[in-house]
Amino acid sequence: MAEQEDSLLGGYRVLDLADEKGLLCGKFLGDLGADVIKIEPPGGDLARNIGPFYKDIPDREKSLYWWAYNTSKRGITLNIGTADGQEIFKRLVKTADVVIESFLPGYMDSLGLGYTALSEMNPGIIMTSITPFGQTGPYRDYKAPDIVGCCLGGLAYIAGDTDRPPCRVSFPQAYLLAGNHAAGGTLAALRYRELSGEGQYVDVSMQEAVVWTLMGVIQHWDLLKYNMVRAGVWRTFFIGPRYPTRVMRFCYPCKDGYVGFLIAGGLLAAISMPAMVEWLAGEGMLGAFEPMKDWGYDEWLVRDVISMSREEVDAEEDTLIRFFATKTRAELYEQVLKRRIILYPVSTTKDVAENIQLKEREFWVEVEHPELDETMTYVGAPCKMTETPWRISRCAPLIGEHNQEIYEGELGISKEEVRLLKEARVI
Amino acid sequence: MGKRCALEGVKIADFSWLATGPLATKFAANLGAEVIHIESNTRPDILRFAPPAKDGELGMNRSAMFAYHNDSKYSITLNMKMPQAQEVGRRIVHNWANVVFDSQVPGVMERWGLDYQTLRKERPDLIHIACTSQGQTGPYCKHPGHGAVGTQLAGFSEVTGWPDREPSIPSLAYVDYVSFACVATVLIAAVIHRDKTGRGQYIDVSQLECNVQFLAPSIMDYIINGRIMMRMGNRSTHAAPHAVYRCLGEDRWCAIAVSTDEEWRNFCNVIGNPGWTKEPRFATLRGRKENEDELNALVEEWTMGYYPEEAMKRMQAAGVAAGVAARGQDLVADPQLNHRGTHVILEHPEIGPHIYQPPPYRLSKTPHELTMPAACIGQHNEYVLREVLGMSDEEVADLVISGALQ
Repeated sequence: MAEQEDSLLGGYRVLDLADEKGLLCGKFLGDLGADVIKIEPPGGDLARNIGPFYKDIPDREKSLYWWAYNTSKRGITLNIGTADGQEIFKRLVKTADVVIESFLPGYMDSLGLGYTALSEMNPGIIMTSITPFGQTGPYRDYKAPDIVGCCLGGLAYIAGDTDRPPCRVSFPQAYLLAGNHAAGGTLAALRYRELSGEGQYVDVSMQEAVVWTLMGVIQHWDLLKYNMVRAGVWRTFFIGPRYPTRVMRFCYPCKDGYVGFLIAGGLLAAISMPAMVEWLAGEGMLGAFEPMKDWGYDEWLVRDVISMSREEVDAEEDTLIRFFATKTRAELYEQVLKRRIILYPVSTTKDVAENIQLKEREFWVEVEHPELDETMTYVGAPCKMTETPWRISRCAPLIGEHNQEIYEGELGISKEEVRLLKEARVI
Repeated sequence: MGKRCALEGVKIADFSWLATGPLATKFAANLGAEVIHIESNTRPDILRFAPPAKDGELGMNRSAMFAYHNDSKYSITLNMKMPQAQEVGRRIVHNWANVVFDSQVPGVMERWGLDYQTLRKERPDLIHIACTSQGQTGPYCKHPGHGAVGTQLAGFSEVTGWPDREPSIPSLAYVDYVSFACVATVLIAAVIHRDKTGRGQYIDVSQLECNVQFLAPSIMDYIINGRIMMRMGNRSTHAAPHAVYRCLGEDRWCAIAVSTDEEWRNFCNVIGNPGWTKEPRFATLRGRKENEDELNALVEEWTMGYYPEEAMKRMQAAGVAAGVAARGQDLVADPQLNHRGTHVILEHPEIGPHIYQPPPYRLSKTPHELTMPAACIGQHNEYVLREVLGMSDEEVADLVISGALQ
């Protein structure tokens, strides 16, 4: 394997003005090697107030949310609402490649820091705006915390139980989805900049990012005038008006929690079911699968699931419920790995932290927190690269941690001037 | 030479299927990359037989589910079990591609003679992205998976739904839709790096590892504080009201979220300041959190008098966060999505005109292009063999007869 010397985005500078709506974008670019400077208002970004906190101490320097999504960034404080702050920001823009922001649409323009103004100073600059709905349109000024994003993006309607309201993921997802896509859009613009020398404006919509998770909701309405609905541990399959609507379990209780499993038909069943039935037979719990005990790959592959009656589906699911009830998640997972059955534990956050595969792949990384004189275990990289690592280069910055380094060291602002700017609440 | 695009010159040999890989390469195609999707009639993508299908009748080229994951690509069919097909695959990679994308079980690409270690000797500029459930190494790397169980493994199911009920799932293959965006990012980053250095690389993507990013603080909360996160319906620790409320209409709902005192006052004004809003127990966020069940019931008395669109508009006009819990039909009609051009209609040869989607960002100078609808399986066999690989009539005929193009 080649020596991992350089980084993917080494040499690029990113100015990250985003709040929690866009933190992930800058983190990804930073972990990929860009020099990301997080710019916070004096006193620190409000996202620092988001829990949970290190040892449950509610402190702006101890937010685990802040830590997790601000790795590989340096940090300065700057009030871009002031004329002095705007001047300093413009100086930073001259040597930057990317600006990320997540203010209300029009705010940067109102400060004279919109894309047009910045591109006049630096034609190569890329500006990425991450907002709930994009820069224009009827919802552009709507407020949209996560729950509103999940609702207007269609994700809530298909999540949760049939007899209860639409439901979001309890850990906010909408803006992480937006930040995730924003990183891709920003890099597409950067590639074009390398080809042409021209920067451009990237307008990211959180609502659209959520829509991209729906797996066919829009297409079901478009083709069949059918609204996909939430169904808890079941999944509703609507094939077409000539067929009964299928409801199938994809989550089963077991002895100590839940496991994910689908009976289905076709390829997924062909892979899993012969071994599952063999296992049931071995434990004397064949139940409804008695008629299929000699079925192999080919029989399961062509099995006509669509024509099965509700009673047949129920009988098969009941058989599995009885069987899984005799085993723990760990016991089931150990066996399915040997037997090559597509079944997985429904992981808790503890299970994820203790996941053997992640441990064996050396996924977790230890990140130094000099301010606490401790190293902390962090979520590692989403991929392994042979040439250029995806790597957390440092922990999240403290409030204004790199003010001196950047203002005095890079911009050459005198100590005295920095003191005055601090007193004026500019930095 | 037409207008320039972000991923000009990027040529992807796409050996992926299901959602993650195909979507990453679709996004690349929308940004200007050329993509040849290698499929097989002997092992068609499961999504080709996933509903919704044209007229509700499933068939190889009838699924809109497959289609909207695969626009703007060429499709060639190769039965990779056959040496002749493998040879064509190698020629596509060798003579044409500069990115190889696969989502095969570890070991399969090697079996096809397409392993990175061999290819890179002649093509050091090649980028190979392998994208699987759990990566290329580690004890469980070969265990088969798919998006639904992946969503459960990554921890999303456990934290979705109601604390007194079984776990739910955000969308059927939620993890696929988190990972594909990560993969698209890495792909473009690797292209930028290659442009500068001439060096490609091998990128081993684990979907599980992509997805853990999306729960990172709650996992650190376990590691550092020992707390295991539990699903909590629609509750928030720092806002109330914060829920999805029943409205007029059948199964119609609207989210309302009140975080600050000012929003609370505005919220009370919108609902006409009924007596209960003046009760001291609802005056503070803490009080509202302590009496949340009752609060939600009272809020719902108001929302049930309105359609969700109306409730949303009234709240938003007063500066209170609110949003319709959109169904498929609401998304298709959504004024904001339509304003942004989120729904792109392309005419598919068998499905007819239907909805596709661009990436969720708009690039001001290099706008996305959905150049063609999803291909029918093997639709571009001729084009790829003759135009791209420059094969003669005789060579193509031999391949057809051998069955390698199945």
